[in-house]
Amino acid sequence: MTDIGHYREVWRPASAARRLTRWFAWLALVALFVFCWQLMTENTIWAFVSDAPRQAADIGSRMVPPRWSYLPALMAPLWDTINIATLGTLGGIAMAIPVAFLAARNTTPSARFLRPAALFVIVASRSINSLIWALLLVAIIGPGLLAGIVAIALRSIGFIGKLLYEAIEEIDPKPGEAISATGARPAQVLDYAIVPQIVPAFIAIGVFRWDINIRESTILGLVGAGGIGLQLQSSINVLAWPQVTMILLLILGTVVVSEWVSATLRRAMI
Amino acid sequence: MSETAYPSTWRRPPRLVKHRGWRWGLWFGVLLYLVLAAGSVEVDIARVLSGLERGQRFVSGFLQPDFVTRWSDIRQGLIESLTMTLTATVIGILISVPIGIGAARNLTPAPVYLLCRAIIAVSRALQEIIIAIFLVAMFGFGPFAGFLTLSFATIGFLAKLLADDIEEIDARQAEAIRATGASWWQFIDYAVRPQVMPRLIGLSLYRLDINFRESSVIGIVGAGGIGATLNTAIDRYDYDSAGAILLLIIAIVLVSEYASGMLRKYLQ
Repeated sequence: MTDIGHYREVWRPASAARRLTRWFAWLALVALFVFCWQLMTENTIWAFVSDAPRQAADIGSRMVPPRWSYLPALMAPLWDTINIATLGTLGGIAMAIPVAFLAARNTTPSARFLRPAALFVIVASRSINSLIWALLLVAIIGPGLLAGIVAIALRSIGFIGKLLYEAIEEIDPKPGEAISATGARPAQVLDYAIVPQIVPAFIAIGVFRWDINIRESTILGLVGAGGIGLQLQSSINVLAWPQVTMILLLILGTVVVSEWVSATLRRAMI
Repeated sequence: MSETAYPSTWRRPPRLVKHRGWRWGLWFGVLLYLVLAAGSVEVDIARVLSGLERGQRFVSGFLQPDFVTRWSDIRQGLIESLTMTLTATVIGILISVPIGIGAARNLTPAPVYLLCRAIIAVSRALQEIIIAIFLVAMFGFGPFAGFLTLSFATIGFLAKLLADDIEEIDARQAEAIRATGASWWQFIDYAVRPQVMPRLIGLSLYRLDINFRESSVIGIVGAGGIGATLNTAIDRYDYDSAGAILLLIIAIVLVSEYASGMLRKYLQ
């Protein structure tokens, strides 16, 4: 029997080398943080920062009570907002479906050329926020609802496309083999074997994105793309804080309702 | 027995709504909504057509981006965005860990739980851009307001997911640690932390990603970062520079997504 020299008195969950690397990783993170902080606050005017609580109290006191009489005038913009989200989602779905089938490894016609192109479309759409899409589209096709709808649709392609192509890649290949063994054409295999397997995921993704789009479409008006954000922007510009409170309350209510609708729908479908 | 009773072709049963009347009703409702919604969209064809030429210029700007002319502005915007993202994520995590622990039903008494859940709900309900508008009004223009916005938004995201994760930890390990007579801190350190740490790291890296993407937007309302540069470029119809900025954003998002994926794989 070999004799072990000594035991450690206190149990430690990690070895010494591991603790050392961990310690250095934390040190590096702290150093990076301090460096970034210095760089970021270079041009900060600290007088404004120390003044902030007073400003906050000032704005807060102006914001209450909300101006309830403004509510009827907000109904038309709210309808526009919901339309932007819904039509935008539908447009996004229409464009995302072909992209998803081109991007999925098991349905793409050409893994070498079309798949990378489809993946790039998904990444580009996902990296750019809908507000930036709206900014571009307002410059290109002019302010209004159409710019908002197209912005929401373009942003939705990436989200829906990514989740949908992952769902397509996860399907069971056996039904497809069975259908093609009956002599079905590729289009029929798609219709009878692949589509039935992804319909529940597809509906859940679409409804989920619609919910997100309702949130996003409430602020698109800030850059001129229609909806309730326009009212928010103009109220802020004229410093009408009671109206701002009213709009924020309405947005909050809309978001809560849309979240409830989407949760109910998803539960009913799956 | 006659065979004519059988149909000669097979019809696929309906997929979603079984009842025929409901199916038609649903289609009719959808159609009605689409007509109403499409009717409220006013499209100025002349404006759209005149904009197409601009769209072409934007696409060509995207294909031939101009990094050089406005490089000093772009550089400044990128530095602001990146520093803002990192500091906001770190501070956001530091604040959201105690709130997340406080919002876990199995660790804290009811009053603390409700308070922490309320903080999370407020942070999640408000859009980043709306918070940014208010913080810019309070703290002045510049990346400091953006930093505060992103930190605040991080709390809602991270604290909620952390709390949900803590609520789902394996109760047996927690009980074993408790049975050794551990204090509350030791309980958190030895029973909870090892179980949630891998996911917390993954979520933090994911949030770093999101914060960078958001940092490119909140500049539009004056909270600093690359968004301000982009906004200026588009306002000036300077599409070559706008294309360059968008390509940089896409590239950074791609790199950070790839890097965080690698790091997560390495850490777990």
